[in-house]
Amino acid sequence: MIRRLLAALWLAAAPAFADDVLDARLKSLETQLRCLVCQNQTLAESEAPLAADLRNEVRELAQSGKSDDDIRAYLVARYGDFVLYKPPVKPVTYLLWFGPFLLLAGGLAVWLLVLRQRGRMKRQENEDLGLPASVEADVDVARARELLDD
Amino acid sequence: MATTPVPRSQPRNPMNVLRWSLPLAVFAVIVAFLFVGLFRDPREVPSPLIDKPAPAFSLVKLHKPGERLTNVDMRGQVWLLNVWASWCVSCRVEHPLLVDLSKANIVPVIGLAYKDKPEDGLAWLASNGDPYRMSIVDRDGRVGIDFGVYGVPETFVIDKQGIIRYKQIGPLTADALDRTILPLVRELQRS
Repeated sequence: MIRRLLAALWLAAAPAFADDVLDARLKSLETQLRCLVCQNQTLAESEAPLAADLRNEVRELAQSGKSDDDIRAYLVARYGDFVLYKPPVKPVTYLLWFGPFLLLAGGLAVWLLVLRQRGRMKRQENEDLGLPASVEADVDVARARELLDD
Repeated sequence: MATTPVPRSQPRNPMNVLRWSLPLAVFAVIVAFLFVGLFRDPREVPSPLIDKPAPAFSLVKLHKPGERLTNVDMRGQVWLLNVWASWCVSCRVEHPLLVDLSKANIVPVIGLAYKDKPEDGLAWLASNGDPYRMSIVDRDGRVGIDFGVYGVPETFVIDKQGIIRYKQIGPLTADALDRTILPLVRELQRS
């Protein structure tokens, strides 16, 4: 008897549970999609009528067994990559994705060049002052020494 | 006490020019991008449907609810699909242009009554003039979604093969019609 009751309870609760799972999935999917009407809001937040329509559309696609990728592809086919908050990696977006690393590499290169330049200048200075090239002493020390020699 | 500064040796430095020209160049590039960005409308999202077949649809006609129009019915002719609604404020702005266009009889314009009650749409056309060869009813906006509509009014140029060739987002302007849409229509009609 109890078992039967539990089974009945389970059956009653299962669809609600499935709904929760679907809701959570849709929520996370919709926060990655842009509303085209209010462009800085996600599909999940937006109250624009089109956003409501698209949420319905997304829900129906999900209920018909489409994967998140399918749903994203469905929206991209209609509205373009703009609906994705995370742009896909493809030739047009290479600069967007890899540009920062390029800048970082450029900065590093400039930094290294400057360091080498400074080293060379110091060695040159040592040479001018008649010091061994290996002396990495402060210029001021070298200058003091020269003044003392005077 | 006065110390005469020892003249520091200044080795020839090829980096000196780069030192100011490189940051300046980077700055100039950033300024150029931002400057161009000033004049672009972020609300105009390029449609991925350009040069793709128009989505299939089958919708009832606004004036003859018993009949349907499908995308196949329009094959073989160049036509415009104008998305409008009685609740759409900026549709009133472009409407006189559409009325003029229909009088010139250059290209058939099909109206897509987007998310509108048929009676409201009919009343709107009755009071503002009906420039459409016919209007079809997209009550729930499904076909609008297939066409990637996100801001009414929108106008699509569709060629004889049913390929979308151009999309105007927002109200038509005399400038857009004369410089872009009508020349494109004539070119497509010749081919």
